[in-house]
Amino acid sequence: MHGLGELKEKAEKALQKKAPFGEDINLDQFDSAPVLHSYMADEDLCGIPQEEQKRLIMAGLDVTKKERGGTFFQKDTSVIHCHSPQEGIEVLPVRKALEKDWIGEYFWKLAQVDVDKYTASAALDLHDGYVIRALPGSKSIYPVQACLYLDKEGLQQNVHNLIITEEGSELHIITGCSTSPHMKKGIHIGISEFFVKKNAKLSFTMIHNWAEDMHVRPRSVARVEEGGLFLNNYICMKPVRSLQMYPTTYLEGENAVARFYSIIVGSPGSEYDLGGRIFLKKPGNKAEIVARAISNGGKIIARGHLIGEVAEIKAHLECKGLLLKGGLIHAIPELEGHADGVEMSHEAAVGKIAQEEISYLMSRGLGEEEATSTIVRGFLNVDIPGLPSQLKAEIDRVIEQSDKDMM
Amino acid sequence: MLVIEDLKVELGDKVILQHIDLEIKPGETHVLFGPNGSGKTSLLMTIMGYPQYKVVEGSMIFKGKDITFMPINERARLGIGMSYQRPPTIHGLKTRQMVNICAGGVVDVGGLAQRVNFADFLDRDVNAGFSGGEIKRSELLQLMAQNPDLMLFDEPESGVDMENIHLIGKTIARLLEKDFNSVSGEKSKMQKKMERTKMGLIITHTGYILDYVAADKGQVLFDGRLSCISNPREILSCIGKSGYEECVRCMA
Repeated sequence: MHGLGELKEKAEKALQKKAPFGEDINLDQFDSAPVLHSYMADEDLCGIPQEEQKRLIMAGLDVTKKERGGTFFQKDTSVIHCHSPQEGIEVLPVRKALEKDWIGEYFWKLAQVDVDKYTASAALDLHDGYVIRALPGSKSIYPVQACLYLDKEGLQQNVHNLIITEEGSELHIITGCSTSPHMKKGIHIGISEFFVKKNAKLSFTMIHNWAEDMHVRPRSVARVEEGGLFLNNYICMKPVRSLQMYPTTYLEGENAVARFYSIIVGSPGSEYDLGGRIFLKKPGNKAEIVARAISNGGKIIARGHLIGEVAEIKAHLECKGLLLKGGLIHAIPELEGHADGVEMSHEAAVGKIAQEEISYLMSRGLGEEEATSTIVRGFLNVDIPGLPSQLKAEIDRVIEQSDKDMM
Repeated sequence: MLVIEDLKVELGDKVILQHIDLEIKPGETHVLFGPNGSGKTSLLMTIMGYPQYKVVEGSMIFKGKDITFMPINERARLGIGMSYQRPPTIHGLKTRQMVNICAGGVVDVGGLAQRVNFADFLDRDVNAGFSGGEIKRSELLQLMAQNPDLMLFDEPESGVDMENIHLIGKTIARLLEKDFNSVSGEKSKMQKKMERTKMGLIITHTGYILDYVAADKGQVLFDGRLSCISNPREILSCIGKSGYEECVRCMA
């Protein structure tokens, strides 16, 4: 791919550039030297120790690959498994994709290398990442699973992902990030660029399952063409030292739609600064950002920014926060209407569980603790339109699991 | 049997109920009348066990157990249930799940729901955007699954259209085992009456419910005090003619 020299030059200038949000991380404390792991065949995958398998499952990766339309598995800096049996769907490591001609249309075309030190670092020292592409008109039956796993203590993992849904295709991805059970400290930097072409439908469900001293800096940009749908779900219910992301989506064709749903549980010592920004640029665009945040001692900043540039667009922002055991939830919703005839709204609420609801459930026979956890589960149970039931079940399972840790 | 003796209740710093004596025997249903703000809902909430209603004097005995300071869920397990007038919405909890919670296990939710014409609402969040009539049917559905021995109904017919009043009236009668007209059983009316154990306490303003449930006693709650016990129809007609205050004075 040409133009790489120019990218490198730009990136080098941004290596010290601080991000506007989130704690500034000194990247010198991490090691980004390659960590080699050998490729694993199907039977090797199933031989992964139970404890690790459990962590992978919590991040959406099923090593048996049952009911999965493809699998990508990267451990530290090495791709250890990559497979796409489903017709019409390609899954390949991004370094391999860089050898192809067409990659120039996508690689660093939406995201900018010089946004901050993290994008710069990923541009200059890329480990790997995945390309998942749905060919024109293809419909995936099962979701493709992708997992980025960290095992080496103190690692800086730099990945770059490209997700391309060609015209009229439908693709569902479940992607998880996780660390090995012994791992404590590290940083994950992930660049993701999403291309949702004309009348394509993409659902992207990301489950994070980090370690207590991990820093996480995803950088994502999406472009949705005419009639396209981009559904972006994010779930993070485990502790992390700091996580900051502010993915941006451009709705560039008429009737393009984007929906962001996030579910976050903030544990003590964890700092989350996350949000979503959606530009509605063409008539008929619709956008929705929905966040559910629970803090049981952690700090959560939930941002959301909707920009309506033309009339006949509809956008809604919703953030609900629940403080269970102290902590902080800071909701920052922003609406920008640039034309007459935009329809934009937001709703934000931060509070505690209403005693009246607990009493109501107790009068139906539940004990106080059961009543509380039933309400919390309900709070996190967001109806996500257009999500395949299998992925819905996956999300429910993660919530059900974490429920026990939360109380 | 429920026995309430000389009960005094505070909400915040205010006395809202005092000198309340009430006895509901197995098989009996009582009707509670009274103007707005007289303490009717407070009495039901106190019996159910809502902690903000603080009992400062007196006692409540149910099935021989002192429930005066018992937590809500223990009262529920002992067999007390309530149909609320304005229950809270619980987001993310489906009505279907709620009915299972009430039953304390798996139950034929669909079958029960059909009986109160509520099958279409089972996959909606509990009480979310329900109309007045829908709330009543949802509450009755929950009580049907819970099947308590003492049922507290807070204005079960308010906000309900004429068509649904019939359904609600019949459902309450069935819950209270007062529905001998509808069931052509082999048992005689007298026999069924003898075997009846369900107890009810119903708040009503309109008295429509009396067309469906043959209530045994009526009581008027006025200014935090229970004022008289009489035939519910008589009380209703007295209130209709001369108002609550006059009614309390004349019966006292």
